[in-house]
Amino acid sequence: MSTGGLPMPGRGASPAHRQESTNLADILERVLDKGIVIAGDIRVNLLEIELLTIKIRLLVASVDKAREMGIDWWEHDPTLTVGQRDLAAENRALRQRIGELEAARTADDGELEAARSTDDGEAG
Amino acid sequence: MGAAEAGGTATYLYAVAEAVPDVDDLTGVAGAPVRTVESDDARRLVAVVSSVDAEAFDEQALRRNFEDLQWLEAAARAHHAVVAAAAGAGPVAPVRLATVYHSDERVAALLAERADEFAAVLDAVRGRSELGVKAYAAAQASPAEPAPDTDRPGTAYLRQRQQQRQQAAGALERATAAAEALHAALSARAHAARRYPPQDPRLSGEREEMVLNAAYLVDDAGAAALRAELDRSADPALRIEATGPWAPYSFATLEQR
Repeated sequence: MSTGGLPMPGRGASPAHRQESTNLADILERVLDKGIVIAGDIRVNLLEIELLTIKIRLLVASVDKAREMGIDWWEHDPTLTVGQRDLAAENRALRQRIGELEAARTADDGELEAARSTDDGEAG
Repeated sequence: MGAAEAGGTATYLYAVAEAVPDVDDLTGVAGAPVRTVESDDARRLVAVVSSVDAEAFDEQALRRNFEDLQWLEAAARAHHAVVAAAAGAGPVAPVRLATVYHSDERVAALLAERADEFAAVLDAVRGRSELGVKAYAAAQASPAEPAPDTDRPGTAYLRQRQQQRQQAAGALERATAAAEALHAALSARAHAARRYPPQDPRLSGEREEMVLNAAYLVDDAGAAALRAELDRSADPALRIEATGPWAPYSFATLEQR
């Protein structure tokens, strides 16, 4: 069991705990989401924090795994945060495209219906 | 009162405690030394704080920094280290990351305004710590290959896929049931338990589905009982990750005002 920075009870004098060995995702989950949640004087919008928390977790999950494999290029990449905002734009563009496709499909369905009823009329 | 002035300092709050912890050698967020602010109240509440540069911790800066994983990691680890150190001296109520006040006086006022609530929280966690348990549906071995049916290879393939789906559904069902049983057994040995939604595999970074994500509030005896129960109940349907002991993050909560 990895410790959360506290000495393990009942095991005598414990060795100094290296904070770096504690999983970052476990720490972030606690310091971002739990404990005393009060506004403070600096009002960062709490809803934004919730969204950021989700985004951060998405990152952290993959970052931790990558680090384990010795990959850490993003720590030297100044454009990383810009990339995160591009994701939001890409999301918006995709949603718009879906809307366009659905509108086109509705139009196609309408044409198909019209063609069918014409055939029925002729056959009838 | 009023906004922080350029070049001014603000007071960063890590936790509220009863006793003044040994913070002399501690380094907090942004490399700042850690100190305390005490309330005048008879309850003797103690806020664990650091002075920080006001501009570096204003709304704009925080919003920017929360998207900077390097900053966030350093801040989170430093914040957690201070909380953990404070927990060594007595009951502690950890405060959320990046809770910043204009001044020490504002923090002292907070302690005074909400003294009853903080005292109740500290009472609830006195002598106790938090153990975290996550359980995943253990990865299943692939089902045996069906006898090759060269006359109807397509049918054989579809049948195999159906078998795989049924096996996976069965495995998840067993894992879910095992997780419920484990949570019940662990809760019975804890003073309190909190259950969180399972994390999406994309968030946990794990391939298996998470079927339990919980925290348990325990004293030393309870912690030993919980660990014994985890050892005892090794169900093959589950892969378990246990962490802790932590300061009682999940149980140090104020009632919503």
